[in-house]
Amino acid sequence: MGFKDLLSNIRLSWGVHPEGHKDLTSECGISDMPMSERLVLPLAQHIGAPGRVAVAPGERVLRGQVLATASGVVSAPLHAPASGRILDIGDYPVPHPSGLTAPAIVLEPDGRDDSVEFTGCADPLALPPEDIARRVAAAGVVGLGGATFPAAVKLGLGKRNPIHTLLLNGGECEPYLTCDDRIMRERAPQVVEGARLMARALGASQIVIGIENNKPTAIAAIQLASVAFPEVTVRALPARYPMGSEKQLVEFLTGVEVPAGGLSAEIGVVVHNVGTAAAISQALRSGEPLTERVVTVSGSGIARPANLRIAIGTPVSDVIAYCGGLKPGVARLVMGGPMMGMILPGDTVPIVKGSSGILALTADEIPAGDPSACIRCASCVDVCPIGLMPMEMAARIRAGKADTAVDIGLKDCIGCGTCAYTCPAHIPLSHYFSYAKGSLAAGERSRLKNEAVKKLTTARTERLEREAQEKAEAAARRKAEREAAKKKAAEQAAREAAAGSEGVPA
Amino acid sequence: MMAATHSPHAHGGKSIRGVMTAVMLALTPVTLWGFYLFGWTAVWIWTLTVSSALLFELVCLNLARRGGPASLLDGSAALAGWLLALTLPPWAPWWIAVLGSFIAIAIAKHAYGGLGQNPFNPAMVARVALLVSFPLEMTQWVSPTPLFSGTGLGPIDALEHVLFGEAIPDALTSATLLGHVKAEASRGLDLLASVPALGPGLADGIGRHAGSLGETGTWLILAGGLFLLFRGIISWHIPLAVLTGLAVPAAIGHAIDPAHHLSALHHLTAGAALLGAFFIATDLVTSPATAPGRLVYGLGIGLLTWTIRSFAGFPEGFAFAVLLMNACVPVIDRFTRPRIYGHGAAQRSAA
Amino acid sequence: MLVAVASLTLIATLLGLILGVAAKRFHVEPTEIVAELEALLPGSQCGQCGFPGCAGAAQALAEGSAPVTLCPPGGPALAQALADKLGVSVSLGGMAEVVPQLAAVREEICIGCTKCFKACPTDAIHGAMKQIHSVMREACTGCGKCVDVCPTEALELIPMPTTLGTWTWTRPAYA
Repeated sequence: MGFKDLLSNIRLSWGVHPEGHKDLTSECGISDMPMSERLVLPLAQHIGAPGRVAVAPGERVLRGQVLATASGVVSAPLHAPASGRILDIGDYPVPHPSGLTAPAIVLEPDGRDDSVEFTGCADPLALPPEDIARRVAAAGVVGLGGATFPAAVKLGLGKRNPIHTLLLNGGECEPYLTCDDRIMRERAPQVVEGARLMARALGASQIVIGIENNKPTAIAAIQLASVAFPEVTVRALPARYPMGSEKQLVEFLTGVEVPAGGLSAEIGVVVHNVGTAAAISQALRSGEPLTERVVTVSGSGIARPANLRIAIGTPVSDVIAYCGGLKPGVARLVMGGPMMGMILPGDTVPIVKGSSGILALTADEIPAGDPSACIRCASCVDVCPIGLMPMEMAARIRAGKADTAVDIGLKDCIGCGTCAYTCPAHIPLSHYFSYAKGSLAAGERSRLKNEAVKKLTTARTERLEREAQEKAEAAARRKAEREAAKKKAAEQAAREAAAGSEGVPA
Repeated sequence: MMAATHSPHAHGGKSIRGVMTAVMLALTPVTLWGFYLFGWTAVWIWTLTVSSALLFELVCLNLARRGGPASLLDGSAALAGWLLALTLPPWAPWWIAVLGSFIAIAIAKHAYGGLGQNPFNPAMVARVALLVSFPLEMTQWVSPTPLFSGTGLGPIDALEHVLFGEAIPDALTSATLLGHVKAEASRGLDLLASVPALGPGLADGIGRHAGSLGETGTWLILAGGLFLLFRGIISWHIPLAVLTGLAVPAAIGHAIDPAHHLSALHHLTAGAALLGAFFIATDLVTSPATAPGRLVYGLGIGLLTWTIRSFAGFPEGFAFAVLLMNACVPVIDRFTRPRIYGHGAAQRSAA
Repeated sequence: MLVAVASLTLIATLLGLILGVAAKRFHVEPTEIVAELEALLPGSQCGQCGFPGCAGAAQALAEGSAPVTLCPPGGPALAQALADKLGVSVSLGGMAEVVPQLAAVREEICIGCTKCFKACPTDAIHGAMKQIHSVMREACTGCGKCVDVCPTEALELIPMPTTLGTWTWTRPAYA
């Protein structure tokens, strides 16, 4: 901290300056990683409903063929990154801190690279807006910044709210990651075209591309690529974590805050990642679906850090091996950036659409020190980008009162980890908030189930009563019928007897 | 298989021990200056206070089973003892130092649940308890007797003085500015007559006048405080607010009635004002969590200090002011919560 | 001395009177609270709490002879609701360790007799005569009634499996 920081503190009163570590990979151009022998493609690689399987085990598929279709409004299809045979459809380990398995399709590429016929478009900007969104949806593009929200759903937001501005997020404020930086430097025309396509789909009249000022080359490249388009402005952002969080970006670039619990579309703004823009441009031009992404492989524990274009489904172990393997002393494998990324319980999990980075961190790079008592230094309050009091929320959660933590903003927490990063007592603040959010959600689930069970038992009781009543009625009816029949029979008999007596004499 | 560890997988490197060490580093120049000014007795008092504070910390940690030596070495106990020592009369007897440490560590800190749980500043609780219990010992001030000047006691004599509490030679006793003013005022004399009698050099900034061990070296305190500001250990709000809260009423009072009110400069440089503004009021545990809260808190301390100095029975009121405002911190925190993003009416106009 | 004794006695008497009147005046009919508690309970009459049905459990809760955490199918959410209704505080820490149970059909043993089907209080078992039955996870409360009636022991209770959707971070360990 020095005088410069003191000044920037006055302008922006939140955030931290984590050590960047970007020089590990910032000069590594994007290169292709060879296809693995086996790809594992989880059905849920996006926020929303998992895809519906469209192939069967043993089936041969072509590159670009749909493996799973979107199921529901918020969902995305999944395509084969290579031609080959479906080995299995079942539960496989997925990138998740729990280490749990989830449904996935296993594909064995055959190396022939036969593809389905792609219908590209030479001038995608001439397409009608609905057509752009439709093609983006069909290509299975999701937010590649890590949030993995289906991109087409976000492009449809213009229907409900008038959108005036598309913000393109080139912040990349997470340490280590340089994949967006490289995409902007190497594929600037694609990024700008993707942004203009999205703006067209949204009906947005202006595009603002925000890039942190620690990426001067990327800023220059995007400026050059957008010079012919007056609707595109490039803005340098102060390098400060979490500048690339949607809420912070919107506030910094437009001066307006996203309403609590709402979408930025409500204030006429939609945010997309630069990588998503490049993917959309590519998908529309070539007609090829999203089956690969750029991943930063970095950290002191990686022999050869790199920026790689990797097929979705490639096992992390293959990626690490391709980068020369792990150096001794690796303490933690992380997918994504170090601030919000997830720990990987193992390296058997695949690269998914949201994997922006694979980091092998050594003991020097990860937090050291055991948690101790809070000294109320309020560092967490000073740095929280949302204006929360993390120490107080954590104290309430620790006391078993997660519900009262909601009163002071637990649900507004964006989980950026800035508080835990800065805490001198090493209190796992972000962990407390995830725990509390999880247990509140579990409570809500169990409450809903209780209600459902209650409905079921009531329905059953009513049904049993109704059945009993019907049975009783039926029994009564039968009895009545029987008696009527008996009576009738008796009458008949009597009549016959009478007739007999009156009848022909024997 | 690695255990599920939550993000962030990086840390800024701040630690409790680092924070405490920085504060102690910032205190070092003024402490050394205090040693020089007041001689070997000051060295012994400081050593006794800090070491007994560490001892009580160790005992309390063991009794409460609150972690082992790691917690002892976090520096919080040493710092509390250090701050207490700086506010003690430099020729105080040993039991003042030890009893003070006991009150600060065992009562003001651990009885409330240990580090981070105490509502009141431990050093100030100890100082106030000592002041009201032993007013005589706590207000025996000496003129500076710099080391190597031949005016003070040698190391052995000084230790004897501290341990056996011999009377301070009359030639050495003196009064602090605030004490002098209070005494003169009680005799009905006005300041216009009594303050010049103290001679120049009071506000000279290097502290060659009577006072607590570490409160007279004005420039060194300022330097230490600025060091903490630039290191980002303390925020500027509290020191600025304390000094403003003290200087503004002092200036007004002095302008209206110079015969009964010291000038703002006197108030700022006398007593514990500066040391307190930068090192005591800024205590992390017992101060508010937000910038507006810190401003309210600091202004309150400054204003209360001036009020107590000007109208109450005690010549110095900083410690009382800190404790009174400590008591208000939960309320201040409650009413100065930051606005949460996206809530409220602060939706500025669209660009 | 006498004055002190007399005044204290007077105060005690007055306070006692107020308390007594209040108790009568604001008395809540036990039947009301029992009905309200029973309305909160799942109503599946599963008997896991050890009382004869939900009505019995509600009675015991109202009398204070059973803890609010008595109902395993209800889980912590119900315990909290019951505690709020009864105005008592509850520690849910112990409840988190009780893993919810789920009935599962061992398909190779099931003979399709439909006995479990009829016993299930929430209609969570589907199937028909001579067909293998299956359990709907969303509706099963893990009460075990089906396990009791199954003639071939094809039903068992298993801990509710954790999925990505139900997994949550555990409470952080703290020094």
